[in-house]
Amino acid sequence: MKGYAGTILRLDLGSGRIEKQPLPGRLAEDYIGGRGFVARLMWEELPPGIDPFDPANPFITATGPMSGHLLPASGKTHFGSKSPATGGYADSNMGGHFGPTLKYAGYDGLVLTGAAAEPSLLVIDDESVEIRPAGDLWGMGSLTLEKRLKEDFGEDFEILTIGPAGENLVRFACISHDFGRQAGRTGIGAVLGSKKIKAVLVRGTGSLEAHDLEGLFEAAKKAFAAIREKPGFLGWTPEGTAGITNWVNEVGAFPTRNFQTSFSDHYEAINGKAVIERLKVTDKGCFCCPTPCGKYGRTRTSLGRAEVEGPEFESIALLGGCYDLQTIEDVAYANYLCDELGLDSISGGVVSAWAVECFERGILSREEIGREIRFGDLESLAYLLDLTAHRKGLGDPLAEGSKRAAGTIGQGSLDFAIQVKGLEWTGYECRNAPGMMLSYMTADVGPHHNRSWVLGHDVVGSAASVHDLIAGGGEVKKLPKAVVGGQSKNVIASQHLRPAFDLLGVCRLQFMELGFEVEHYEELFRLCTGRGLTWQGLLETSERVWNLTRSISLREIPGFGRDDDYPPARLMNDPVPNGPNRGHCLSREEIDQLLDEYYDARGWDRQGRPTAETLKRLGLEDVAEKLDR
Amino acid sequence: MQFILHHERCSGCRACLLACSVANFREITTARAALRIEPRFPAPGDYRIHMCDHCGACAEACPEEAIERKEDRYVLREEACSACGTCIEICPNEVLGANPETDLPILCTGCGECAAICPRDAIEIAGEDLQEVNA
Repeated sequence: MKGYAGTILRLDLGSGRIEKQPLPGRLAEDYIGGRGFVARLMWEELPPGIDPFDPANPFITATGPMSGHLLPASGKTHFGSKSPATGGYADSNMGGHFGPTLKYAGYDGLVLTGAAAEPSLLVIDDESVEIRPAGDLWGMGSLTLEKRLKEDFGEDFEILTIGPAGENLVRFACISHDFGRQAGRTGIGAVLGSKKIKAVLVRGTGSLEAHDLEGLFEAAKKAFAAIREKPGFLGWTPEGTAGITNWVNEVGAFPTRNFQTSFSDHYEAINGKAVIERLKVTDKGCFCCPTPCGKYGRTRTSLGRAEVEGPEFESIALLGGCYDLQTIEDVAYANYLCDELGLDSISGGVVSAWAVECFERGILSREEIGREIRFGDLESLAYLLDLTAHRKGLGDPLAEGSKRAAGTIGQGSLDFAIQVKGLEWTGYECRNAPGMMLSYMTADVGPHHNRSWVLGHDVVGSAASVHDLIAGGGEVKKLPKAVVGGQSKNVIASQHLRPAFDLLGVCRLQFMELGFEVEHYEELFRLCTGRGLTWQGLLETSERVWNLTRSISLREIPGFGRDDDYPPARLMNDPVPNGPNRGHCLSREEIDQLLDEYYDARGWDRQGRPTAETLKRLGLEDVAEKLDR
Repeated sequence: MQFILHHERCSGCRACLLACSVANFREITTARAALRIEPRFPAPGDYRIHMCDHCGACAEACPEEAIERKEDRYVLREEACSACGTCIEICPNEVLGANPETDLPILCTGCGECAAICPRDAIEIAGEDLQEVNA
């Protein structure tokens, strides 16, 4: 099968049984790759209703048909499992070099079931697959471990690691790779921890087969050249994702002090310019990426020095905004701590900020916490992150995520736990952004910007033009209240578009940020695989996957539906206190209007369940039958 | 063809390795390239590009005299090579690798595809002699 490696590697960690399964042609045709493989394999192989930490929960790694090929940004790797954070469908992806190397070793994907009897390494060296004891490495930080394994095994191994957070089953533990790339969301690292796998190493010396190698080489050269001609090549790349910080704050969407407000006074101390001027050593790119968003640098703080990739926008927003750290050095250090401990820096920032608000309100005492904790204080954040990763004291409930922790601690703290479905919100505050709010509410894995991003539409929709919003000299004016209604179309389109790149195995940013054209993807896909791909067909597959992932959550979470799509009370009830959106919030009635419109437009019932007709239209007849829809 | 290396521009994407492999071996892999990217992480946190600078150490060391100078570069006479690996061990830039299928050393052909594909111009084609440029 051209473009693909052609094999799925299956390993039962309990028995040690290894199976090399030819990649099913139907899977490739109907689901393309990456996130599509994760979703379909999970639907078929996850025993319904089990706990996420049950050994039978499959840990799935998947690449796409374009992963590892000579074309722009072909380095994405996807991971999936039943989510420790939400109990429903989960996937999380990362860039770097792991996926391409896995394909050179001969595998499109990896499915791990069972659990090892003791802490272990999984070493894949082309056709050789080996489990090795790793008791002496258990407890080690992710970055420290990767360095050690590179020294022991060699530079040509690509490595996934978990930190103490993954070992201790923290429900927002991440997987780390390449000294700064993470599959951060949904607690996927804790699934690896539950299987006692401390690291996965892969070396691949084989090669991929393309349908038309000569044509692909020529098209790839044209594609790289075309990207260099885009204004964003020199305009967007230097600061990467951190470059959006100023704009997000100026439109009143910057999550600040546990989302108490949406505007920060110190954003210029923690923006993309600060990253470049005060931290950066080098641009750090993923596999075949012409526009590296990774900014690797050094930081020095009251707690010490560190080398760290980033911070990118999300870490800036949740550590510098939500936890209110005041300098880019402090944000970078907190980012480093999350990376080393193996914590998602997004959820890590939100959960810690929630704890501070509990302390400020007298819900948590100094004695319960073990010390005073404050917004903006790096030492208290470092303390909370360490407690959480090791489940010490208050860290034990915090490690459960903000929804479960609020369930334990009570006293109204769920109202300001900024999560949906049990997963924490990411870097855009939405009380005056109905489309973005709807995006977060309905994202399949829990709130995540990589599923839909329509904040630009929201902002433009609330004024004649973006330029009218900000007076000359940066003075912030008040924005009008957004009009609610009609957002569904854009949100659904975005929910199909952004994850479409996750099917192919390429990064979306060249398309999203630079305007790299659809035609390149269609042609490169055809040259890799020999199969035709239309953009419309790709989006239809993406819609199929979206309905399948919703169906998996419906199957796995008792009573799942509309109630799981509401934002936390804070974002419905508390008007924004200052900044461009002061006085605004979306009412419960407006939220209900958004949901009704969205469900209708998707062909779901008003409880948020895909109808049998919709599932059948998308070729998911077997899913409709199993769900008794 | 000679090259100037701008290490500070390299972001480690390895497109150069793939282009080399496709151009010279018609294979899509990073394991058949005649150059090497060295990531130096976590410290100092940067990349080093390693390429053949046509120093001739491999030719000098080859017990079979299978590597010979042709115009501005060294080439392998495959029929004379015993795949003993001496050249790979001796290469001062550590850029000679063995083809995993044949065990023969992979020598830079000077085709320039690595420089052409690099989106950051980290490898630049120089008109002058490399020894002089890098001196």
